Amino acid sequence: MKSGSLHRYLSQGYRRRKVVDFGMRVVLACMVALAVMPLGSVLAMVIQKGLPALSFSFFTQLPKPVGEIGGGMANALVGTLILVAMASVIGIIWGGLIGIYLSEFGKGKLGSIIRFATDLLGSVPSIVIGLFVYTLVVMPMKQFSALAGAIALGILMIPTVARSTEELLKLVPQHIREAGLALGLPRWKVILFLVLRGAMSGIITGVLLAVARVAGETAPLLFTALGNQYWQRGITEPIASLPVQIYTYAISPFEEWHRMAWAGAFVLVAVVFAMNLASRFLMRGQLLARE
Amino acid sequence: MLLGSSKLPADLHKGDRRFRILVTLSALSLLALLVAIGFFLLKGSLPAIQKFGFSFLWTSKWDPIQEIFGAMPLIYGTVISSLLAMMMAVPVSVGVALYLNEVAPRWLGKIAGFLVEMLAAIPSVVYGLWGIFVLAPLIRTVVQPWLQAHFGFIPLFQGPAYGVGMMTAGIILAIMITPTICSLSREVFRAIPRGQREAAMALGATKWETMVIAVLRSSTTGLFGASLLGLGRAVGETMAVTMVIGNRAEIAASLFAPSQTMASVLANEYAEASSDLHLAALIGVGLTLFAVTFVMNGAARLMMMGLDRHRKGHG
Amino acid sequence: MSSPQPILRVEELSAYFGQFEAVKNVTMEAMPHTVTALIGPSGCGKSTFIRCLNRLHEEVEGARAVGRVLLSGMDIYGHGVDPVVIRRKIGMVFQKPNPFPALSIFDNVAAGLRLAGIKRRSLLREVVEKSLRHAALWDEVKDKLDAPGTGRSGGQQQRLCIARALAVEPPVLLMDEPTSALDPISTAKIEELVMELKKEVTIVMVTHNMQQAARISDKTAFFLLGELVEFGDTSTVFTVPKEERTERYITGKFG
Repeated sequence: MKSGSLHRYLSQGYRRRKVVDFGMRVVLACMVALAVMPLGSVLAMVIQKGLPALSFSFFTQLPKPVGEIGGGMANALVGTLILVAMASVIGIIWGGLIGIYLSEFGKGKLGSIIRFATDLLGSVPSIVIGLFVYTLVVMPMKQFSALAGAIALGILMIPTVARSTEELLKLVPQHIREAGLALGLPRWKVILFLVLRGAMSGIITGVLLAVARVAGETAPLLFTALGNQYWQRGITEPIASLPVQIYTYAISPFEEWHRMAWAGAFVLVAVVFAMNLASRFLMRGQLLARE
Repeated sequence: MLLGSSKLPADLHKGDRRFRILVTLSALSLLALLVAIGFFLLKGSLPAIQKFGFSFLWTSKWDPIQEIFGAMPLIYGTVISSLLAMMMAVPVSVGVALYLNEVAPRWLGKIAGFLVEMLAAIPSVVYGLWGIFVLAPLIRTVVQPWLQAHFGFIPLFQGPAYGVGMMTAGIILAIMITPTICSLSREVFRAIPRGQREAAMALGATKWETMVIAVLRSSTTGLFGASLLGLGRAVGETMAVTMVIGNRAEIAASLFAPSQTMASVLANEYAEASSDLHLAALIGVGLTLFAVTFVMNGAARLMMMGLDRHRKGHG
Repeated sequence: MSSPQPILRVEELSAYFGQFEAVKNVTMEAMPHTVTALIGPSGCGKSTFIRCLNRLHEEVEGARAVGRVLLSGMDIYGHGVDPVVIRRKIGMVFQKPNPFPALSIFDNVAAGLRLAGIKRRSLLREVVEKSLRHAALWDEVKDKLDAPGTGRSGGQQQRLCIARALAVEPPVLLMDEPTSALDPISTAKIEELVMELKKEVTIVMVTHNMQQAARISDKTAFFLLGELVEFGDTSTVFTVPKEERTERYITGKFG
């Protein structure tokens, strides 16, 4: 074997390899910059255009008709609060029960099927969920309603709530369950009063993320909650919401409405980011406490 | 009453059984929900299916005024806008995942990873707003004129500069699915044992060569699954696309022409769907969208699950 | 046969994880065509030490090494020395067999050559066969060169990793507990192989198994709490150790 010749080969092309290595690192770093750039641009625009358009009346007044300056989105803000609150009731209870099933009884085949179905539901486009609730609720009732909107958003919350509940219940050490059972507690009380309580702060972060996600949802509301220019009268009436109002204003041809859309976007992004950050903060605190 | 000591063991079992039945029923109701989604959409779209049959899927005229509904232009719009998005998002997302996991020091990885995840937190409607007032003007005044000046002979870039259109939608979609693909890719990379990277380094591989030989090569299936999940998101994404795609149900050669996707037609025509047939056609589009995303996501998740099992099998 | 010059000389080498000093001021050397065994209780720094010899230690976040490691007189920690070049000259075999899962047996062995841009099929085939023969694996896999490298038994995978390391003809081969994940029969095969290989390369090997060190090494270094306690001929270290701590370890008093 001509060992010498092999080593000559091996030392060849070294410079080229170093250049490729350096070049690729630069390319990858540029990709990171490229990926993060839209975030910077979106946030900068939302602050630059939204903040000046905000005023006290934005939070207290109803929308003004076209051509009139001023007005606000008070009804849409309240509407989003109502929708999200109602949706949370549906999403947390339904999703939470599924989460309990997955963590406490979901070891077998049915468990994996349910887990798979949860993930699948999470990837159904939100507009399809809206359309489904339209055929299920709006068509029989013959009108758009806050109820229908809340059901759509509630369904959208289920997967996130279910999976985070499952993950966090699984983190609760087995000996806590055994301690409860050894005290003679029935299993359901052990789960509800010991295990669930132990995982509560973690589950709240999961719920917070789910709420943050649906609070910004627009598409499923078009077919269900529709929209409303006035104050809410009941849950069987159409209801205004911040995202739908932003959409309506954004695609309108009026300058004043564009201003309002940016103001709405500022509020929406601020709320959604605050919830995301809060859930991260809570999560970190929890992990630290566990260590 | 927490201890419930007065109860007989039989009662304890009864309570347990009831609780177990309750949570099991909730879990099963999830399957029922998925079936119900398919069923109600099918039921709602029956009038359109009876009128047009399967040709609904491949006739290319979508005209609510004449009540002729062929979904081909919408399917075309969905496919092309999603493909454009994938062409941009997959390389960038995988590149970002590689950089954050393999190259960047941990603190930088954390910060940049956080920023990329925050991309996913911005509501779709806000992306749409940004698309209308920032991205679309940029496309209209800078990108398309430049492409036409230099590559104007290619039909893909021809046509008037509206700003809104297929390309704008593709770019917005790319931005929106980047965090999904990126975080899934990072998970795939994280699952690769450190020993493989060390094996490559010990052979005298540079950092990039280590990434290729030890990381990328053994994660092709996982990356494919991650991309498919990203594609599933792109196909179903509605608001931002509706706001920037121009909403014209036509098949055009130019990437800058207005178009329409399955999701955007739903958002765009929900208010004006006065006739039953139009409504049924829209619900039919929704059903198609449901079926497509269902199959795609199911396949992607099974693929990722198989990967996990494979890995566990090898210890 | 052995030249008077050591092929590997370590001078005042210390290795850190953040503030923690895992290897403390170690000086030792290895002559060509010898096997040096590094022994000591787990956590004594022997694995960290061997990973400093091809500059792999520093790839862990927060880890660094200071001191000198002279390979044929050249300091691999010297100014401007590229660890990538060093690792080509100092091969390594790990505790757990780690063939590249996406590559075939052939491609695993050829990986080092391909990285260097060698594409000529005939040369690749020649080197792959030679390396597999050296690793005593050729007869078992010569008909399955296109099969995935991970589909073999643990012992075969480890010999595949040895072949992969040998393919670029490194003068020094580091082995980090190469048999700890293997059954006794595979272990015996690897040990036999090591004795055979020292005709070609200089071997430095971490082992948790004192009998193994006694069986196959020429020199033995005993590490404790990051310190090199004793270093000398294997026969001396195992029969008449100079240090009491060495004797206590060898006679099983601790660790």
